[in-house]
Amino acid sequence: MEVTEEQFNGHPVVVPVGDVDLGNSRDLQMHLRQTLGKKPKRLLVDLAGVPHMDSSGVATLVEAMQVSRRNGTSLVLCAMTDRVRSIFEIARLDKVFRIVDKREEAEENA
Amino acid sequence: MTQGQGQSDSHAETCDHVMPDVRIEVVSQPRYLAGVRDLVRAVAGRLGFNPAICGRIALAVDEALCNIINHGYDKRPDGRIWISIWPTCEPKPEHQVGIRIIIEDSAKQVEPETIKSRDLGDIRPGGLGVHIIREVMDVAIYQKRTGGGMRLVMEKRLDNESENHAS
Repeated sequence: MEVTEEQFNGHPVVVPVGDVDLGNSRDLQMHLRQTLGKKPKRLLVDLAGVPHMDSSGVATLVEAMQVSRRNGTSLVLCAMTDRVRSIFEIARLDKVFRIVDKREEAEENA
Repeated sequence: MTQGQGQSDSHAETCDHVMPDVRIEVVSQPRYLAGVRDLVRAVAGRLGFNPAICGRIALAVDEALCNIINHGYDKRPDGRIWISIWPTCEPKPEHQVGIRIIIEDSAKQVEPETIKSRDLGDIRPGGLGVHIIREVMDVAIYQKRTGGGMRLVMEKRLDNESENHAS
């Protein structure tokens, strides 16, 4: 998995590409911590390039959500693959996170 | 048999095989998780499960391995893990009804009844693996192995037409 960062409408977008599992979720965690440390108004995590995520990846995103709430950052997950959405549903976290299909939708009803 | 917190008893029989159809051994290192997932997904597909269910079965195995690596072997990289897979059949050997996956280790033993999922309402990082395993699989039974280590017996049935592509 590789993690890059982009900008979209003035907001940072963290973009992991590849499976996120116990072997590499720490890379995503470090990147999210670094970006959240700058206390952006909004942070998008684009998951279009993540075909598989296990509970270590989910835990990383839960941690990011907790930090976001403390910082006043709006965390938005976007473009989840069906398989990744499935684990959020199983963990009953699909209603806890703000999840949108496209980056553009992060702007709506924020 | 020491029975842990399975959702139900294992009831389907393996399809006339004492030995598993597939058996692999991996060390307790996260870098091999992807390879195991790919194998499990492929085998489940050949046993008739649709791609979405194959992905969930692979996820359950992944979560079981993560728990063994993190908690059983305390992240030691030289532990051994054995994964065995059978088709399950009933009432006749030619009538395949699902898959059985047994994961064994020689890690520290815990009482099976202490292996629990956390309260999902308590939103915090971690602690989801057991919940995922029990949610995905029809049977998930933890046992102590004689002589050391733990065993997890998991089964998933081909319950409906959308899941059943077996030929």
